[in-house]
Amino acid sequence: MAHPVLLPPRHYLNDGYGVKSWLLTRDHKRIALLYLAGVTFFFFIGGAFAVLIRLELATPAGDLVSDDTYNKLFTMHGVMMVFFFLIPGIPAVLGNFLVPLMIGARDLAFPKVNLASWYIFIIGATFTMYSVVTGGLDTGWTFYTPFSTVSSTSAVVPAAIGIFITGFSSILTGLNFIVTIHKLRAPGLTWFRLPLFIWSHYAASLIMVLGTPVIAITIVMVAADRIFSFGIFDPSRGGDPVLFQHLFWFYSHPAVYIMILPAMGVISELIAAFCRKQVFGYTFVAFSSLGIAVLGFLVWGHHMFVAGQSVYAALIFSVLSFLVAIPSAVKVFNWTATMYKGSIAWETPMLYAIGFIGLFTIGGLTGLFLAAVGLDVHVTDTYFIVAHFHYIMVGGTIMAYLGGLHYWWPKISGRIYNEMLAKVSAAMIFFGFNLTFFPQFILGYLGMPRRYHAYPPEFQVLNVLSSAGASILGVGYLIPMAYLAWSLRYGRIVGANHWGAVGLEWTTTSPPPTENFAEPPVVTWDAYDYPTQVEGHVA
Amino acid sequence: MTTDHIVPKSVYYLIFAALMAGTAITVAVAFVDLGAFNTVVALTIAVVKATLVVLFFMHVRYSTKLTWAVVAGSVFWLGILLALTFSDYLTRSWRTYG
Amino acid sequence: MLPDTMHAPGGHQAVLAHHFDDLEQQKDAATFGMWVFLVTEVLFFGGLFCAYSIYRAWYPEAFAAASHSLDIVLGAVNTAALITSSLTMALAVHASQTGQRRQLMIFLVLTMLLGTLFLGIKAVEYAQKFTEHHVPGPSFHFEDETLSAHAQMFFSLYFVMTGLHALHMVIGLGIMTWMLVWAWNGTITAEYASPIEISGLYWHFVDIVWIFLFPLLYLIGRHA
Repeated sequence: MAHPVLLPPRHYLNDGYGVKSWLLTRDHKRIALLYLAGVTFFFFIGGAFAVLIRLELATPAGDLVSDDTYNKLFTMHGVMMVFFFLIPGIPAVLGNFLVPLMIGARDLAFPKVNLASWYIFIIGATFTMYSVVTGGLDTGWTFYTPFSTVSSTSAVVPAAIGIFITGFSSILTGLNFIVTIHKLRAPGLTWFRLPLFIWSHYAASLIMVLGTPVIAITIVMVAADRIFSFGIFDPSRGGDPVLFQHLFWFYSHPAVYIMILPAMGVISELIAAFCRKQVFGYTFVAFSSLGIAVLGFLVWGHHMFVAGQSVYAALIFSVLSFLVAIPSAVKVFNWTATMYKGSIAWETPMLYAIGFIGLFTIGGLTGLFLAAVGLDVHVTDTYFIVAHFHYIMVGGTIMAYLGGLHYWWPKISGRIYNEMLAKVSAAMIFFGFNLTFFPQFILGYLGMPRRYHAYPPEFQVLNVLSSAGASILGVGYLIPMAYLAWSLRYGRIVGANHWGAVGLEWTTTSPPPTENFAEPPVVTWDAYDYPTQVEGHVA
Repeated sequence: MTTDHIVPKSVYYLIFAALMAGTAITVAVAFVDLGAFNTVVALTIAVVKATLVVLFFMHVRYSTKLTWAVVAGSVFWLGILLALTFSDYLTRSWRTYG
Repeated sequence: MLPDTMHAPGGHQAVLAHHFDDLEQQKDAATFGMWVFLVTEVLFFGGLFCAYSIYRAWYPEAFAAASHSLDIVLGAVNTAALITSSLTMALAVHASQTGQRRQLMIFLVLTMLLGTLFLGIKAVEYAQKFTEHHVPGPSFHFEDETLSAHAQMFFSLYFVMTGLHALHMVIGLGIMTWMLVWAWNGTITAEYASPIEISGLYWHFVDIVWIFLFPLLYLIGRHA
């Protein structure tokens, strides 16, 4: 029954050609693609460092690189991945593209600020890349003082400046989203009719706006210490290195929620669409996003249980860290309940969503282990921690990012990718990921410390498994790059609502016109108002 | 955000006078020995001055609840940073590790 | 020569951005946006206030001694200058809302003059600190040797806090210059006064930061 579908004659991709029309665009959709190019590039830089790390760790001896070089490898891996891929990632790519579409707006509230955000991101990245190519950074992505301010001989200042600048990109994106969601919703679109993607991006934006300035000022102090020999964190002049950690982690813990909340928003959309069902407990899921954003600011001391902070403060942070798991658990329960008696379609995005739920649950549960001070004291700074955060950031955020990319790819490009390749790579990524990181839980529990390039020989088998997994994972990430890029030119053209999903973004053409909607929509339905049969769904 | 209410100039002059008076008092009190209370008084006056600027010069008195919530939220969040950080520093001496 | 009062019938259509439904929504969004930005500024300066509080609690004597070396007269004059500039800024907003172009320009210029006075005095103070060797780093020297290490901490925070504040003042002067141009060329009208209001929000915030900096930096233990 398939009749040939054509791309709409006028859409945002052919609305102006040439480099200037892209580099000076105010269109949130084009800016999203500019970000896509940026974060993908930096993902591969960070990935290259990961390859070197896993190569070194395949053998117990520190024989591939020197210890100083290894310090730089894991530092640059962390810096590139955290600040230039994971934090911008979903909000700047999927959020920028979809927030106006999902709320029926013509653009974000401040389109020029949005473009400025991208330029600021690129400038910040340039400073950091300068640091990479002029000797690298060896302080760990956490920049702990006084090593970073006094003793390190690596390129701390350019990297610090780069991260400081990039922070403003994040702040401006969050600011834009907050104002947009408050002020530009279509008529009839009340808060509790909003897609959960919007709720989670709103919550993540609150974190961006409230948390990022604190790491920014902390970096200013680090730079002042290093450039002008101020002694704000220098113990020999009365400074407290633990104060640095308080200020650093005040942002960097909520930062992980900046990484996961948008991912959770994606998962809510995927589960609803591929189970053709209203998300179970919509209101609870919406409020849990806000709950995570708020509680996430109260737990940062759990990164400092062995740093020298007071045991009473540690106690408070420990209790609060247990509490913050609750809203995340609410989401996992509600997604599962949504699937129950849903009409499940096992498309590629759904595979990523299921993978997310499983891996995020494991990562999140191990977080509870770490919230317990007694246990954390033993596994802190071991591979248990490394496994924990990679389960959440890679098994969680990156899976959701890929799932979202595949789900909205027809909307973004008007074309569909090769389904078989997509499913194969999803499986490869899932398998490769677990092979890489599950052994690391065991390694950490057995006592292998992180940030060391040599280890006792009895840990080798698990390390080899991990490195093998990493190579499979790496290949798994390369394949989607290839078929998604290929599909832009040769993929089958699909219509406005390829998946038969409910959502304002699916009511406009694929790709959408520059102004998003031919007629401004008026909303009179709930977010996931799935009828039993939806018109136009192409199997 | 504002209700297009044009604040009369007389209000501005009044607030200005209050702010200058507050500054004078702050400086004067600084030269009186109140022990630990010197800081409390100085900060209290500063908070009052800041509140006057926020309410009248920045029009929050005439603005929506959303504006008010934004202002209150920012102060509250700064409070989180200070309170939980101080929970460490104030309790460090309570117990040493044996 | 544009007339003294500014009412441009139909003129406001030209400044409505395409993605907004009407001027009201645009003004709402812009004002809200500035408020959200000020939230980030509260947390930005807040980190410094946090560091300051910790170290002042740890080193009360050294902080008091270091604070004494600051010129309280210059600090008080600066405080008065900024408070006055907030008044002139508020009066500028009032003038813009009532369509009084000449008054608006006068008050903007007064605000800028007071801001420049502030920065000039700050420069004098910084110069004094340089000659007294109170700038942290290898050339730091404090008169009271026993308190020297921790006095240096005070000055580290003093320079970062007042330096950051001064940077915000400079940016504020830049914004005021831009507003002055818009006031002069007729962009600002009674219907389109929101840029002045929003600039005013920023200026008042910078004033509020100083309202806290002044007692915390200049008035520690002055009774001794």
